[in-house]
Amino acid sequence: MPFLESIAYDSWILHALLWLPLVGMGVVLMGSEQAAKRVAFWSAMGVFILSLGLWWAFDPATTAGGGFAFESSSPWIPSWGVSYALGLDGISLFMVMLTTLIIPLAILGSWEYIKKQERAFYALMLLLETGVVGVFASLDLFLFYVFFELTLVPMYFIVGIWGGERRIYAAIKFFLYTALGSLLMLVGILYLYFRAKEMLGVGSFAYGDILAVSLSLKEQLWLFGAFALAFSIKVPIFPLHTWLPDAHVEAPTPGSVVLAAVLLKMGTYGFLRFLLPLFPAAAVHPTVVTIMLTLGVVGIVYAAIVAAVQPDAKKLVAYTSVAHMGFVVIGIFSLTVNGLQGGLFVMISHGISTGALFLLLGMLYERRHTREIAAFGGIGRVMPLLSTAFIITALASIGLPGTSGFVGEFLALLGTFETHPAFAVIAASGVIFAAYYMLPMVQRMFFNKLDRAENREMKDLSSREILILAPLLALMVWIGVHPAPFLERMEPSVQSVIERVQGAEEGLAAAANLDLGEGRSDR
Amino acid sequence: MTIDFSSQWHYLVALAPELILTVFGMVVLLAGVSRRHATTVGRAYDLGWLSLFGVLLAAFANGWLYGVTEVGVSSMVAGDAFALFANWIFLIAAGFGILMSMAYVERQGLQVGEFFALLLLSTVGMMVMVAARDLIVIFLGLEVMSIAVYAMTAMNRRDPRSAEAGLKYFILGAFSTGFFLYGIALTYGGTGSTNITEIAVAVASGSTQPALLLFGVALMLIGFAFKVSAVPFHMWTPDVYEGAPTPVTAFMSVAVKAAAFLAFLRVFTVAFDGLYESWVNIAWWLSVITMVVANLIALQQTNVKRMLAYSSVAHGGYLLVAIVAANTEAGAGMLFYLLVYTLMNLGVFGVVMLVGRQSESSLELDDYAGLGQHKPALGVMLTILLLSLAGFPGTGGFMGKIFILQGAMDAHLLYLSVILVLTTVVSYYYYLRLAWYVWMRDAPDGADFADVTTPMPMRIGLLVAVAFILYTGLFPEAALDMARSGIASIAAFAGG
Repeated sequence: MPFLESIAYDSWILHALLWLPLVGMGVVLMGSEQAAKRVAFWSAMGVFILSLGLWWAFDPATTAGGGFAFESSSPWIPSWGVSYALGLDGISLFMVMLTTLIIPLAILGSWEYIKKQERAFYALMLLLETGVVGVFASLDLFLFYVFFELTLVPMYFIVGIWGGERRIYAAIKFFLYTALGSLLMLVGILYLYFRAKEMLGVGSFAYGDILAVSLSLKEQLWLFGAFALAFSIKVPIFPLHTWLPDAHVEAPTPGSVVLAAVLLKMGTYGFLRFLLPLFPAAAVHPTVVTIMLTLGVVGIVYAAIVAAVQPDAKKLVAYTSVAHMGFVVIGIFSLTVNGLQGGLFVMISHGISTGALFLLLGMLYERRHTREIAAFGGIGRVMPLLSTAFIITALASIGLPGTSGFVGEFLALLGTFETHPAFAVIAASGVIFAAYYMLPMVQRMFFNKLDRAENREMKDLSSREILILAPLLALMVWIGVHPAPFLERMEPSVQSVIERVQGAEEGLAAAANLDLGEGRSDR
Repeated sequence: MTIDFSSQWHYLVALAPELILTVFGMVVLLAGVSRRHATTVGRAYDLGWLSLFGVLLAAFANGWLYGVTEVGVSSMVAGDAFALFANWIFLIAAGFGILMSMAYVERQGLQVGEFFALLLLSTVGMMVMVAARDLIVIFLGLEVMSIAVYAMTAMNRRDPRSAEAGLKYFILGAFSTGFFLYGIALTYGGTGSTNITEIAVAVASGSTQPALLLFGVALMLIGFAFKVSAVPFHMWTPDVYEGAPTPVTAFMSVAVKAAAFLAFLRVFTVAFDGLYESWVNIAWWLSVITMVVANLIALQQTNVKRMLAYSSVAHGGYLLVAIVAANTEAGAGMLFYLLVYTLMNLGVFGVVMLVGRQSESSLELDDYAGLGQHKPALGVMLTILLLSLAGFPGTGGFMGKIFILQGAMDAHLLYLSVILVLTTVVSYYYYLRLAWYVWMRDAPDGADFADVTTPMPMRIGLLVAVAFILYTGLFPEAALDMARSGIASIAAFAGG
């Protein structure tokens, strides 16, 4: 767009998205307690409006062959080869936009919910935004690690200070789990740094330089393990998911929203950005693929079964996250273009729909101060707007055709079917399971008999709440009906990841042939 | 300017910071016993500012020494960049120690003159110890430092715990010094010299008595292990740290440790570099045991001072990794780490003094419940300092840990690196636990922290410490370069 070019949008946008929340945080801290939420909302909203330009300014052609748009790099700690390098491709573009969309909505969703220490809360939300945008936009492994860890601190305090009964337990569990994985990844990053140093002569953490490092299969497998552990905990992949239900249930509504919609994506984003391109030989290794697919499928089925018996609606939705992320994992490790695109789509769709579900549950909680499914019933009659929104969101979460959830799950299953049909068949049962846990909840909460006096008095959505939900609902339908603009923006980047992985696959096959050949000549 | 140690006078130039501190130590001591000050209220502040002035002068002298080059014969003391960098650490520790202890000394009625004089003199001991190029001079510095700190530990005459800690520290310290001295004697027997460079030459050329020398190295290793409180030689640390007056604990947990570590580094990587293969396994195990045991025990502590004691032992474990790696990267990492560690640990102890109302009370975790709500600024500073101790990105502690990890990876110490990060995860728990008491618990009824006041010197100290921690966490380049040039000045590393 000429307008964006005229203001040199490409050159400053990522820096602005990264640091403006921090400026907003400073203003929040200096302002008064009452003004905190308004300042925070408008800061986050400003960031979101700025980020909208990315949609038009992003040219998929620049990302063909693994390139990045909006790229910039300047030295940060030159003697270590650490650079302040930012850039977006078709994968991170959507993650950044999802973040900038969700944060202002989450702030709007905490309007009535957060009653104590408001300044600190909103300051932490904005700090979290900086951290998450940094994770998605970094093109330097050191920088990435710093932001990856930085997101832990605000989330720790958000859960720990404003959370429910067992908030401290949940916060520390969340923190230690994630830190354990990421610190082992740090050792892996340093190992890569030294390999780059051996090859290039000077140490570098830059993504491009690290990509050029050639590693033996054994090294790749070990490093894959270190990185995969960090990201799998974050995703979370079964059986590393146990921190998630605790953190979700105890976190305040905005905390759950950001956690589900954005923070979990950091794990799967790590798969796409680091695991596959950096360690392709390990990623195509049959054992690795089988393990990851198995864990993904087990996660889908297990989480669905556990979700179905939860009496607490929030916990139920928390488990659906595990199931959805299972789809992302199988999509990614199908190692096909369709699968990767599907995985990326599920990430986007899950961010929108689960974010909306947590917001809706928060709205119900503000009215009734309970999240027990059994405490509701028939409230569709007293609050038609909220019920409609909830049902649309639930259907999008299940993956009904015409909603965002369908596109992602369909593509992920399609991709998996191309290479591993057996896994696809089992995973497909997860779609049915989704209906099995989600629809009864909807029925028990919104239909059935309106048999409780408290439920009769509930007020329907306020205009603020409509404002929160409308963009999310619109997106669910838009993505579901017209996914093409999304697909074309992610295609070149996904393609280049797949090409890299396939290159390694051919390398492995060639090596296997060579072994075979030598064996023959020995005879 | 150049200094040539063939002229006696040039020693005075090279030792200018030490001499300035010694003079100020004497002056403060005399002022402390003079009648004019005997009953005046606020004399802790007078003498504290006077001592601080001495520290600043010494700092100027230290900065000036960067422009001085050594020529001619080698001497028993070095004016190299390594010693100068170390001096920054000691001067910072002394300066902040003085700033943070003024109110405490005043309130507790400690003997003002003696307190500040001993603090300055022990700093002199540390500077001598690290600048020394001769084992005998190291011993001299070690004793000056240690005896002053023993006395400071037992300074609070009305508190039996202080006396107990002082006695314990003295007996175990004397014991370890015995090991150290015996090690020096045997090394002399094995190599025919106490000069570090000459020992290195003898070791490299093989003209040694290996049995005597190895025994000497082992005994010196034990002596240093005592001083840096490496497990299993750490037994005195928690008791002494808990019993000593808090400002003294703060000072010795950083300065004494830094001095011992830097002398350790110089002796073992310069003099005994040729014997790397002989001592590295012991150092490896010391490091591992220290990291694991200290972090695990720290988990159990409910007394904040005792928890910080184990935390400082654990940090010793991380620093031992740098000794094991014994390359320039790790050595520079150690210098950088000690600089950052000094400020962050002093800062945390500063908050402990404030919450303890400048006395030895309110040291339990429960006493911190609700601090964040009532004293948000203090809570934020404590949180940043704790995150830095934990080695969290955005703080100097993180950069220090990365620096040491880089050294370890460079030396192919993969297992040690993994153990370091795993024990770091363990340490997150106890640092964050203090943070959760501060922010996530409500204060018990009636406790509103109204009596927690921050005296002006303490305020300066805390603000500067936190600012420095954040600065080195975001822009470490300048400090990294300084640490590198420091280590380059003693570089005789074979690496391993």
